[in-house]
Amino acid sequence: MMNFVFKFHPRAVFASLIACLCSAMLCTAVSANTLRYASQDDPQTLDPHAANLLPTTRVIAQIYESLVARDQQFKIVPGLALWWSNPDSKTWRFKLRPNVKFHDGSPFTADDVVFSVERALHPQSQLKASLVGVATAKKIDDFTVDLIMKDPNPILINNLFLFRVMSKIWATKNGALAPQNYKASEDTFASRNANGTGPFMVKLRQPDVKTVLVANPNWWNIASTEKGNITQVEMLPIKSNATRVAALLSGEVDFVLDPPQQDVARLKKEANIRVSEGSDARIQYFAFDQFRDELLYSSVKGKNPFKDLRVRQAVAHAIDASAIRQVVMRGLSIPTGSLVPEGTQGYTKDVEKRLPVDREKAKALLTEAGYPTGFSVTLDCGINQPAADICQAAASMLSQVGIRTTPNIVPLANYFQKLQRFDTSFYLLSWGTSTFDALDTLQAVLEKNRGEQTTGGDSNYGRYSNPKMDDIIGKIKVEMDMKKRNLLIHDALVLNQTDIATLPLHQPVIPWAMRKNVTAVFTPNNVPYFFRFKMN
Amino acid sequence: MLAFIIRRLLQSILVMLAVSFIAFSLFNFTGDPVALMLPPEATQLDREEVRKTLGLDQPFYVQFAVFVQNALQGNFGISLRLGRPVSQLLIERLPATLELATTAAALGLLIGIPLGIYTALKRESWTSNLLLTGSLIGVSLPNFLIGIFLILIFAVWLGWLPSFGRGEVTQLGLWSTGFLTESGLKALVLPAITLGFYPVTLFMRLVRAQMLEVLRADYIKFARARGLTNNAVYFGHALKNTLVPVITIAGLQLGGLIAFAIITETVFQWPGMGLLFIQAVQFADIPVMAAYLCLIGFIFVSINLMVDVLYYIVDPRLRTDRAGGH
Repeated sequence: MMNFVFKFHPRAVFASLIACLCSAMLCTAVSANTLRYASQDDPQTLDPHAANLLPTTRVIAQIYESLVARDQQFKIVPGLALWWSNPDSKTWRFKLRPNVKFHDGSPFTADDVVFSVERALHPQSQLKASLVGVATAKKIDDFTVDLIMKDPNPILINNLFLFRVMSKIWATKNGALAPQNYKASEDTFASRNANGTGPFMVKLRQPDVKTVLVANPNWWNIASTEKGNITQVEMLPIKSNATRVAALLSGEVDFVLDPPQQDVARLKKEANIRVSEGSDARIQYFAFDQFRDELLYSSVKGKNPFKDLRVRQAVAHAIDASAIRQVVMRGLSIPTGSLVPEGTQGYTKDVEKRLPVDREKAKALLTEAGYPTGFSVTLDCGINQPAADICQAAASMLSQVGIRTTPNIVPLANYFQKLQRFDTSFYLLSWGTSTFDALDTLQAVLEKNRGEQTTGGDSNYGRYSNPKMDDIIGKIKVEMDMKKRNLLIHDALVLNQTDIATLPLHQPVIPWAMRKNVTAVFTPNNVPYFFRFKMN
Repeated sequence: MLAFIIRRLLQSILVMLAVSFIAFSLFNFTGDPVALMLPPEATQLDREEVRKTLGLDQPFYVQFAVFVQNALQGNFGISLRLGRPVSQLLIERLPATLELATTAAALGLLIGIPLGIYTALKRESWTSNLLLTGSLIGVSLPNFLIGIFLILIFAVWLGWLPSFGRGEVTQLGLWSTGFLTESGLKALVLPAITLGFYPVTLFMRLVRAQMLEVLRADYIKFARARGLTNNAVYFGHALKNTLVPVITIAGLQLGGLIAFAIITETVFQWPGMGLLFIQAVQFADIPVMAAYLCLIGFIFVSINLMVDVLYYIVDPRLRTDRAGGH
C-alpha cells in the first residue's frame, strides 16, 4: 500500500527537490505487525489509579490487568484470579493465578493485590468506584486474598473489571505508592512509566506525540485462542478530524478509533478501508426539570409544565428517534426506550419500546394539560457531536407540536458545571455503564438527588423524585439474589417509562475505521484490546 | 541605550502581569476542568473534593495571587490534563514551535521580499498581476483550509509528505530539533508552507507598496540624474529605505507566527506550544493556559524590544533623538 510510482516529469527544480525528500520516507517500511493507531485524545497518564477516563483506560487496559477479565463476548472470565467465592456477605475470596510475572520480571503475588487495593482506595485515587463497598484487602497466603466488605455489593465482580493490579515492589522502589496528587505539583514515576502483567509493555511514552507498546513475550495468557498477531502498537493522538482521516487514507496510520461521523459513509466506499461498527454501551436521553415550581427557561410562569406527565408524554410523542437516526446519526444509532443498553444486567427486551411518533396526540395531550397554544422552553446540550445536532433536530420536532424549543449549545467544560447547578429546564445527556450493570445508571440518573450529602442521584439534574423509584433502587443495591435483583431492575426501567422520568433516545453506534489488512474485535466499552487484533 | 533596554524589560514584567490577570479573570468562563478530569459517572462528592484540592473553589483573584506567588518562584504548577509540570511541558514544546515559526518567517522573507521587488519594478507585466491576484488568496484564505488542501494533495493523493506529526527528532541537550533527520525535514514542509503563506503574501505586498513609494522620492530622481545604473538605484538606494518598515512588520510577524501557529499546529498535529494551548483550552487546563499566555506576552515584548534596537541601528535619525518606543 505504500509503493509510489513516479508518473510525472520533474520540470522544475522545486518539484524534483520535493521528490527527493519524499521518496525515502515511503521506504521506511514498518514491520508488518506494527499497528499504527490514531485517535483524537492522548491518555492523560499511565497510572492505573489516577484517572478513570476513556482515553486513559484505552492504554491502561493494554498494560495492566484485573482480577477478572472479559472475553470477546464481554462475559466475565477469570483474569489474575483463577476463581472467587463469596463465603459470607462480608467477604469475597480470590484464588490468584500462579506463575504470573510483571513486565519487569517480578512475580505477581497476593501482596500486589493487597497493595493495589489500598492504592485504589487512596483519597487521591479516581478508581474508588472499582471497589464499591470494599473496606480492605487481607492476604491469606501468597495466592489467596480476601476482600472485606463494609457494605454488601452484589456486583462487586463487575466493578472489579476496572480495578487494575500494580507491582508493590516496583511502586515502592520508584516512589509511586499513591496515585498522583495534582495539588502537590508532583510528577510521579507511575504516570510516565508502567509495569503491569498485561499483553503489552510500554516502550516509549511521549505525551501528545506518541506512545509505543510492544507485545509482552512472557504474558501468561499468550496461548489464548483470542490472541491476534500484533507485535507493536504506536498510539498516535491526532486532534484534527480531517487530518486523522487523511492519515488513514494515505496509509500513515492503520486504525482510527474515532472517525468523524460525516466521513464514515465516504470511508466505507474506499477500496482499502474497512469500517466496523458496534454499539456503544451508552444511552442518550432527554431529561426535564421536574423539581422547580416554575421553569427557569420557559414562557410558562407560575407553574412547571414538565411536572405534568401529559406534557412529558407529548414530548415523547413528538420526538422521532428514527428520523434522528437517519438524518443526524447517519444510521449510526439504535433508537430505544430503555435507559440501559441491551446486554446490561437486568435488561429485558420489553423495556425497549418507545411511545409512537404521533404529533396529533402530542398536541391533544398539550391541550388537555392546559397548553392549547403550546409554550416555549430552552433545551440545553453539550457542544460535542452528535449531541449538538440532535438538539437542533429535536427542537424543530418539538416546535411542530407547539413546544417552541430553543436549543442552547454549551461547551463541555461549562455544560457539566451548568447541570450541576441545576441551571436547566430541559437537557440532553448520555450515560454509559462501565460495569454493565443497570444499578450504575439507575442510582445516578433516577434516584432522588439529595445534594452533596450522599451519592444518590448524582446525575439527576432535573431532580426527578419518586419514592417508589427510590424504594426499588434501594432494594437493588443490597439484593444478592440475582434473579430477584433482575426483576427489580426491570421494575425500575418500566417505571422510568411510565413516569417518563427521563426520555431515552437511542444507543449510539461506534464506527472504527481501519486499513483492510487489519482485523479488529469490537468491544462495547469502546476500548480496543490490541491483543485480539490481527494484521496481514 | 542600556537604561532604555532595562526600562523595556521592566515594562515587560508589567505586561505579563496584566496578561495573566486578564487571563485569570477569564478562566471563570472557560469552564470547569474538574468536569473533564473526572468521568461523567463521578459523584458530586468526588467533584467537590478535587475542586477543593486544586483550589478551584477560590475566587479568581485568590487563584491569581497564588499563581503569581508560585510563578515568582519559578513554579507554574502542574498541567491538569497531563499531570506534568507546566514549565517542563513548555520547554519541551518550545523548539517545535520556534522551528516551525522561524521556517515560516524565513519563507516569508526569502520569497516575499524578492517577489515584492519584482512586482514593484515590473508593474505592468502579467506575472506581476498574476502574483498580486494570487497574493489575495494568501491574505484571505484561512490557515486551516490551506493546511487541509495541502494534506489532501501531498499526503492523500500524491503520498509524498506526511500529513501529521514532526517526524523523527534529534535531542540536542534540552532542544529537540527536526532539522537533522530526513523525516523531520519532510514533516516540516507542509506546516511551514501553511504557516508561511500569509507572511509571503504580506511581505510581497508590503515591499511592493514601499518600493513604489520610495521610487517616487526625490533622492531617487537625483540618483538617476547622476546617471547611476538601474541596479544601483534599485538595490543600492531604494531597497535600503524600503526595508525600514519591513523590519517592524517582520518582527511583529515572528511574534504573531509563534502565537498564532495554534491553527497550523492543530491541523498538522505539530507537537508545539500552540497545540498544547488549544488542548489546554478544551480541557480548561488553567495552569497551562496561564503560563502560555505569559510566555507569549514575554515573546511579544522582547521582539518589540529587538525591533526597537534594530531601528536604532538602521535609522540614523533616531540616534540623535532621545531613545523611546515608536
